[in-house]
Amino acid sequence: MFDSSSIIVGLEIGTSKVCAVVGEVNDDGAFNIVGVGQCRSRGVRKGEIIDARTAEEDVRHAIVEAEQMADVEIRSVYLGVTGGHIRGFNNRGMHPVVSADREITEEDVLDVVKNAKAINLPQDHTVLHAVRQHFFVDGQDGVKDPVGMLGARLEVDVHVVHGHLNRLQNAIRVVKGMQLEVEEVVFNGLAASLSVLTPAQKELGALVIDLGAGTTNYVVYSGGVIKHTGVLAVGGDHVTNDLAFGLKVPQGRAEQLKLEHGHAFMDETVAGKKMSLKGELGLPLNTINLGHLRRIMALRLEEIFQLIAQDLEHTDLLEYLRAGVFLVGGGSRIPEIARLAEQTLQMPVTIGKTTCVSGLKSALDQPEFATAIGLVRFGSLKHRRQEKSSLVKNIKHVFGRLLPR
Amino acid sequence: MNAETPSTPPETTGNKLRVKIIGVGTAGTIMVDQLNREEFAAASFAFVNTDATAPSGPTKHLLLETAPVRGLGTGGDPERGRRLAEENFSALKFICAEADVIFLVSGLGGGAGSGVMPVIARAARETGALVMAFVTLPFDCEGNRRQQQARLALEDLQEASDGVLCLPNQKAISLLAANCSFSDAFRTTTRLLTEGLRGIWRLLMYRGLLEIPFADLRAVLRERQRECAFATLEASGLDRARDILAALPLHPLLEGGRALEEAATVLVSLCGGANLTMAEVNQVMQDVNGRCARARVIVGAAQDEQFGDRLALTIIAAKPGRDEQLKGEESVSRAETEPATAPEFSSEFLHPTEIERPKTRVVPPSPTLTATQREELITKQAGKVVRTRKNSGPRMRQTTLPLDIVTKGRFDKSEPTIHKGEDLDLPTYIRRGIALN
Repeated sequence: MFDSSSIIVGLEIGTSKVCAVVGEVNDDGAFNIVGVGQCRSRGVRKGEIIDARTAEEDVRHAIVEAEQMADVEIRSVYLGVTGGHIRGFNNRGMHPVVSADREITEEDVLDVVKNAKAINLPQDHTVLHAVRQHFFVDGQDGVKDPVGMLGARLEVDVHVVHGHLNRLQNAIRVVKGMQLEVEEVVFNGLAASLSVLTPAQKELGALVIDLGAGTTNYVVYSGGVIKHTGVLAVGGDHVTNDLAFGLKVPQGRAEQLKLEHGHAFMDETVAGKKMSLKGELGLPLNTINLGHLRRIMALRLEEIFQLIAQDLEHTDLLEYLRAGVFLVGGGSRIPEIARLAEQTLQMPVTIGKTTCVSGLKSALDQPEFATAIGLVRFGSLKHRRQEKSSLVKNIKHVFGRLLPR
Repeated sequence: MNAETPSTPPETTGNKLRVKIIGVGTAGTIMVDQLNREEFAAASFAFVNTDATAPSGPTKHLLLETAPVRGLGTGGDPERGRRLAEENFSALKFICAEADVIFLVSGLGGGAGSGVMPVIARAARETGALVMAFVTLPFDCEGNRRQQQARLALEDLQEASDGVLCLPNQKAISLLAANCSFSDAFRTTTRLLTEGLRGIWRLLMYRGLLEIPFADLRAVLRERQRECAFATLEASGLDRARDILAALPLHPLLEGGRALEEAATVLVSLCGGANLTMAEVNQVMQDVNGRCARARVIVGAAQDEQFGDRLALTIIAAKPGRDEQLKGEESVSRAETEPATAPEFSSEFLHPTEIERPKTRVVPPSPTLTATQREELITKQAGKVVRTRKNSGPRMRQTTLPLDIVTKGRFDKSEPTIHKGEDLDLPTYIRRGIALN
């Protein structure tokens, strides 16, 4: 019983791969990665499941692989979701403190967060996360934890991430169909940011861009809290698709060309350079122009960054990103992608490294795993909070019995 | 006085139009009060209200009141508003005096707006001015009764004034953010309506390169139109013409460009600084013409120093209303019952050479036709081009299958990723028109 609860599994059903990461939380809250399972994903497009049966098969493979590696039985997972329907915005909630002594209690905090969540979402949408930013006690700004403070009016700023209920349910149903519990559904961008950023970077202000195959998720931190999230349903698949169209090759070949010859910049040295492709038998199939490949790819990648920059300009957050930009996801493997992002966003850009784990570190310190590891981290934070609160409750319970009220 | 009399003074006085802007009711007072006085320096302002909401600053302000209510308003009853207005008809006429063009601004649905507006429009017309009304219709959530009142008042107003520009508030709701406050919502609709007002104002005041004859403007607004969609867009910078065109289909009041497609008459006015170029006018007009191929398009362009780098586009698209449609059908059915009123047939008999020979020997019995089909048939036989009735909704076009040169590959069947009107699933280089060689 105790054993199973200290095992945390993050499951990401991505567009290119399904990835399950098993983490083991030790007593002081840190966690080890003890197992990873992967499988090529076939039933997902643009981050959303389009073929539940194939997706389920792929998830099963990944889970089994992770179970074997970690030598545990997986019962529940933290499920990562994404998709073009997910949106984020900031909202404020208010709650009057009614108790006689004006002391703010845990319940008041829960109430004010509940109020902040009660917003008119688009129809069929549901709240994924309501991340607390700051509390205000009687208008006093910047309160991190108001429990125990005195005040008459408690307000809170939250960042609400919401998505289309049915489309979120699709992923959950696939997992539930395999007799696995879903502990919580987590937005992939949020998970990626959790695994990459240090508290200092969150404080300084940072942008994490997860360049996935189906979607590009991005999260902005400033002053230690999440300020903005966004999903662009454009990713590496689009690069492949563009190449397949522009070079007149099949999708599979385009994917291979992208991996072998992909580059973030159009280089003058490759302009007009021809390359002949060989079929399975070694016979020349057709020739493609390397310059075209580079140009098609560079334009698409540049556009992705431009769209993000445009979105952030609207929110006036570009000035606050003093720790710079962190790229994760398969797309960050493209050569020189950081330089392209630097040019477009006018900010220092680095490839994100997972900072928060020990364990199979060398094998896992890849940008592709940032989201799955972030899911485990999300789980461990949740786990720690639960333990703490249950401890507090126990103590309260004991004292409550001793002290007659 | 009849509006159809062509001798309205404005056309001759040119730039020296005396324009008066009158806010009616509480909503109207607030809306007019928010107008930038400096921009409208050439106009004079006045307010008419039934309760004590007064405008800021010194202006003519007429409070309609009777002894029992003492400036407490009409209680949302248009009948009371109308009675008040009729009692004070001479005062209203006085307030409307000394103007060539009168803009009446109000929100319909309440007591003052719905009751007083038609009366003041009549009063203004009697002073010999041209009357143009700018009104909002209530949000759906304001209730049935207000909607009903507003609709009745709008009909009266259309009778009484020369032109009505009407903004159904509900249409603006897509502009509002999910957590937008109620007062912000009204601010947005006020802004939209004032944009329309500003557009008309520019049409009147900045006469320039390509003038719109005043009669045309009046015709667009008056001519049996029931629904006018309007939009004012502004942009600055090098790509301003392109920016405006990109924003055009996104404007909520144009319903994604549908309003333009269905319009019978479209009035376009461009206004720019000294550097307004022919190429820009041309670029904008080409696009607009393409969008409303079946409408009569009236174009105006003007220059004004104070515009500086900006370029403003005002579009008014008038769609024939439902009443017209009904009226049209009535007249057709009447035409059927009276054979004498179908001259096309007799002319056919007089010129038998124009009749095409039937393709087959077997002539099927004539089918039973509906009124519209019959009319089409008649016109076709008369050798004219068949003109589908404009007021029978969107025109049925022969569609062709899209020649889909650019396929979306693996995203063919998935939900398209649309961002600001662009389909991001298409390769970037194709959307940007970059040649590979």
